[in-house]
Amino acid sequence: MGKIGIIIQREFNERVRKKSFILTTLLTPLLFVGMMVAIFLLARVSLSETREIAVIDHSGVVARQLESDRTVMFIPTAKSQEDIRREKSDGQHENLYGILVIGEDIMTNTSAVMLYTYQPSTIEVETVLATRISDIVENEKLKQFDIEDLPQILEAVKTNVSLSAYRIDESGNDKQSSSGLAMGLAYIFGFLIYMFVFMYGAMVMQGVIEEKSSKVIEVIVSSVKPYQLMMGKILGIASVAVTQFLIWAVFLVVAQMALVSLFPGLVEGAAAGMADSAPVDMATVQAMDPDIAAMVETLSDGMFLFKLLGGFLIFFIGSYLLYAAMFAAVGSAVDNVADSQQLQLPITVPLILAIVIMINVMREPNSPVAFWFSMIPFTSPIIMIARIPYGVPGWEIALSAVILFATFALMVWLAAKIYRVGIFMHGKKPTLAELIKWARYKY
Amino acid sequence: MELINVDHVTKSYAGHTALTDVSLSIPRGSIYGLLGPNGAGKTTLIRIINRITAPDSGRIIFDGHEMQPADVRRIGYLPEERGLYKKMKVGEQALYLAMLKGMPKKEATARLKEWFIRFGIQDWWNKKVEELSKGMAQKVQFIVTVLHGPELLILDEPFSGFDPVNASLIREEILRLRNEGATVIFSTHNMSSVEEICDHITLINRSRNILTGPVDRIRRSHGGDMYDAEFKGSASGLEEGLKELCTVLEAQDDGSGNGTLKLSIPDHGRVREVVSVINSQTELRSFRNIVPSMNDIFIKAVSQETARN
Repeated sequence: MGKIGIIIQREFNERVRKKSFILTTLLTPLLFVGMMVAIFLLARVSLSETREIAVIDHSGVVARQLESDRTVMFIPTAKSQEDIRREKSDGQHENLYGILVIGEDIMTNTSAVMLYTYQPSTIEVETVLATRISDIVENEKLKQFDIEDLPQILEAVKTNVSLSAYRIDESGNDKQSSSGLAMGLAYIFGFLIYMFVFMYGAMVMQGVIEEKSSKVIEVIVSSVKPYQLMMGKILGIASVAVTQFLIWAVFLVVAQMALVSLFPGLVEGAAAGMADSAPVDMATVQAMDPDIAAMVETLSDGMFLFKLLGGFLIFFIGSYLLYAAMFAAVGSAVDNVADSQQLQLPITVPLILAIVIMINVMREPNSPVAFWFSMIPFTSPIIMIARIPYGVPGWEIALSAVILFATFALMVWLAAKIYRVGIFMHGKKPTLAELIKWARYKY
Repeated sequence: MELINVDHVTKSYAGHTALTDVSLSIPRGSIYGLLGPNGAGKTTLIRIINRITAPDSGRIIFDGHEMQPADVRRIGYLPEERGLYKKMKVGEQALYLAMLKGMPKKEATARLKEWFIRFGIQDWWNKKVEELSKGMAQKVQFIVTVLHGPELLILDEPFSGFDPVNASLIREEILRLRNEGATVIFSTHNMSSVEEICDHITLINRSRNILTGPVDRIRRSHGGDMYDAEFKGSASGLEEGLKELCTVLEAQDDGSGNGTLKLSIPDHGRVREVVSVINSQTELRSFRNIVPSMNDIFIKAVSQETARN
């Protein structure tokens, strides 16, 4: 076993045996599930809140047609606004959210609607009210034309279009595509890369700082080259990351199997779609909501999954290696984590930039901005993985990966030069310019 | 026969020169003292011999050939700034460091057990380093340094941080290893330990080798002309009569009829005359040549060198 091998083994053993590794491995999926449940519950809570609104209708047309529902309860009243306000301040109408005043001339003056609220008004409430009142006024105006059987006609013309999107690929075949799913996947995978690069990159930096501040470094570099120590650490922590992913993948499979056996009906449709090349039961698919159907079809596309998961692995590893080398160089230059803040800027800025651009790219996945930032190695992993769910030509993925790994090789060479000087520098906190100077020292 | 020849080595860092044309030869089986004030360049020389850094010019000849990367496994290095992984267990850590030196795991385990028994620390094997006291950790580090049976031991201030009992234990081990054939480079400021165990020394000051050679010869050559006389009689009365023969550095009377003189006699042939002058006027009790301590030589050499520049 080579010396790098011995170092990788130590890094791996020391980290995997730590309580913190076991805890994060077990707790992260729980945290994830917990977060999703919390978001779901929160959404329900805010929906279930019913707002009481007193309606003072001077036109006499609107109030009787406003129907209360779960979110808004309308209370038509003949009282004046002053009376209601006085009663409210006297302690009555405890749950009153606001007062809606509709002008006498609502049929001709569309701005004759006022909402006074006791709590901050929200866009949702205002939109709901405006739409409802518009509909009512529209109907009233239609009635003025004296059309026979108007209610029936209105009922008959009610339409709700649901659009199915298809993507035509290079060979002219079209596949159903779900932009909602693409967006969700882009967001999740882009963010995962961002998070993991920071998490494991910081681990590399802390490891380097620990070796330097405990002075064990001098003993080690009397046995191995600084470059070997640095590479051993970077690769050792990479193996920890991959192990963690594998454990999570096993969790995912087990959880899915548990779901299938517990609720056979829930995943039946998805399972039908998953049965890949077997002709998908069109009846099942059509019976489903077209959006769900598109998701099922997209997810059952083997090529798509391969590109997505393979891409994630390649781009995660590439970006981790690139940034870990930078983190190692920064760690070698400082005596403690607190001193590293400023030197970390060149690492954090491109990563944050990538996340900002990713939001834009999700709207226009094939714009020049999307293309170029998915080629620039410092942002490419996040941008590329966010584009893959929308469909990216294979050559672009390959080119981006090649550039990424080539930059990594270059970065390791540069980082090693900084590292071997940095590990013996103590005391003064160096600047970025000094780091660059170190890289030019001959040894 | 030398184990190591440092051949005209120069090394400079941005802004300052750490070593200027330093040459020295370290005989096989010797304990070689590397002395010098802080910042003189000792650590740089040690790092060059360890191949942690490379010289700008000059060569290191190790065992007859120009030093190769593979030679580092024949070296054991104890840095001045001790350090081990705090969270790692003692036994695992020692094994790891031995394996990095190229030892197979089995052999390292067996030898490590021997050393733990020799030092009576068997029950430390599964302790984490952070649970050990500073002195205990130093012991572990010493074992790690010598575990792979290096032919060359480089010890930077090996006794610092040890209590007297353990310091003498370590001294015994160093001497034993030397007797078994190891060559030791011993870097220190502690001059009394140099006199005790070093055969040869090199004194580095301001990046230059300013004094080098076997310890006894250096002491003799630096103390050759200094003498010390004790007698019953008046010291001040003697000064006049000795002026022609030598320089009186110091003359003291203790007030009860006893006197001492400190003399410098550059012309060796006149020592007998000096003795007879003193003896003729006083009752001479002792007369001896002063051999200076390494500490005196160190301070003198460094201050002379500094004054010269």
